[in-house]
Amino acid sequence: MSTKNIEELEREFQAKIDADIKIEPNDWMPEGYRKTLMRQISQHAHSEIVGMLPEGNWITRAPSLKRKAVLLAKVQDEAGHGLYLYSAAETLGLDREKSIDDLHSGKAKYSSIFNYPTLTWADMGTIGWLVDGAAIMNQVPLCRCSYGPYARAMVRVCKEESFHQRQGFEIVSLLANGTPEQKQMAQDSLNRFWWPALMMFGPNDDNSPNSAQSIKWKIKRSSNDELRQQFIDVTVAQAEMVGLTIPDKDLKWNEARGSYDFGTINWEEFNQVIQGNGPCNKERIDARRNAKENGAWVREAANAFAEKRKKKELTH
Amino acid sequence: MEYLTCNHMTTQEAFYSYIVRLGDDSLILGQRLSEWCGHGPVLEEDIALTNIALDLIGQTNNLYELAVSIENKGENIDQLAFLRLEKEYENLLLVEQPNVDFGYTIVRQFFFDVYRKLVFEALCNSTDERLAGIAEKSLKETKYHLKHSSEWVIRLGDGTEESHRRVQEAVNTLWKFTDELFFQDEVDQNVIELGLGVDNSNFKATWNSHVEHVLTEATLTIPTNSWQHTGGRKGIHTEYFGYLLSEMQYMQRAYPNMEW
Ligand SMILES: [Fe+2]
Ligand SMILES: [Fe+2]
Ligand SMILES: [Fe+2]
Repeated sequence: MSTKNIEELEREFQAKIDADIKIEPNDWMPEGYRKTLMRQISQHAHSEIVGMLPEGNWITRAPSLKRKAVLLAKVQDEAGHGLYLYSAAETLGLDREKSIDDLHSGKAKYSSIFNYPTLTWADMGTIGWLVDGAAIMNQVPLCRCSYGPYARAMVRVCKEESFHQRQGFEIVSLLANGTPEQKQMAQDSLNRFWWPALMMFGPNDDNSPNSAQSIKWKIKRSSNDELRQQFIDVTVAQAEMVGLTIPDKDLKWNEARGSYDFGTINWEEFNQVIQGNGPCNKERIDARRNAKENGAWVREAANAFAEKRKKKELTH
Repeated sequence: MEYLTCNHMTTQEAFYSYIVRLGDDSLILGQRLSEWCGHGPVLEEDIALTNIALDLIGQTNNLYELAVSIENKGENIDQLAFLRLEKEYENLLLVEQPNVDFGYTIVRQFFFDVYRKLVFEALCNSTDERLAGIAEKSLKETKYHLKHSSEWVIRLGDGTEESHRRVQEAVNTLWKFTDELFFQDEVDQNVIELGLGVDNSNFKATWNSHVEHVLTEATLTIPTNSWQHTGGRKGIHTEYFGYLLSEMQYMQRAYPNMEW
């Protein structure tokens, strides 16, 4: 019997990656690859679920029947994204309940953006426009991720995210072209969400220690700074289109680079939010933990009932 | 539309009120269910409750569209949904009751779904084609809602001791709002006469036996105290309703006459 040694396996694995052959759940993979992916996918799943809260906050106050329906459907899509992503992570051996408990204890992370409050209806537009917009920038490259189940989940998720982005932009443009109060509401919302949206791409490349390995494994396909720049270039044009002002006095078109130069991100704020000190970290986690705790009796009942039925079938 | 008179109400007025009441039931229950979004006991149920809320908001939309086309008072569907006074909403008291917990939410839904399925089945034969069309579409949705709520009533009733206790408490508390499902006044009499609406007194027995059947399977009992509360159909609500409205109407009240 010939057993391949670890180096051989790793070499073959990297060769597959380099040849753009997808890795599937039963294929051999390095432990580091499995762990990195599992962390990335579960964080993404948690982000989808926690991300339901800031928008869920406005469903009962949506200003029209149409907006209420669209927002309900959107938040429901995010729950669906959470479900596919948990399933994708389970193919790598994730224990969903344990991972959710890690989220509730603060051990597992999720996107920092959802720790900002939604204070006005305009935030429903801005979140779709900027947050789903940034998510698309991050996720479109992941449709080509080396891990099959994740790549396939991303294809489906990205389609819906781009739909959300368009709906969000529609809300924003309606407000921006509306009454003075509406325009002000849209501008205030952009002022609050612009910088946090830029932080969604993560630290600068020099401060992103795991990036190089992830790019080699094709778990990540572009660097944080590249994606951030791409996002800014696209979004500035959209803001101009509706007559809103990006709250960055250093924002300037750079002819030579063919991109916008922009101001310095407040990384101290980013780190604080990541560490749990953002404006809504506690509220978001409390809400998720309460949902789980208040639902415990329902899950127990469902299990007990299923057990009883199984026994009944056996005795019949 | 012809103007027949029964009592002091024209058919058009009666039909308008009848449709608005159906819409109000959908809207207020949809609003209640949407409070669950992001807080469900499991992700799959979060999605299921949101789905039902979404169907109900869709029904509201269709019913209000029909109402404003029957009697054009110069209002649009959002004015109907968001800008009436408390006493101008004529939904059932049952649907405005708070979520309390998943058990209450399911029992409220179950009582309503059994009733709604019977209503829509009958309305498929309405002499008004537009209403028959809405009923047909809504019936499909309601059958799914009823399947979902019945299954959960049984699971919770016959689950653990705790779930049995909680869901029985919900049945006991909400039972007093079930007679109102069969409320009738001149609005109903007018629309029944012309075959536009349904005579809900015809299916009270069916409702009772369906509910009893499911509750029995769930090892739950129907409360013996038969005192019943009504008022919703006359615009007299429970205390919970004002809070629901102030949240739901917030944007339209704070920023009047704007497009969203
Ligand atoms: Fe999503
Ligand atoms: Fe996402
Ligand atoms: Fe989204």
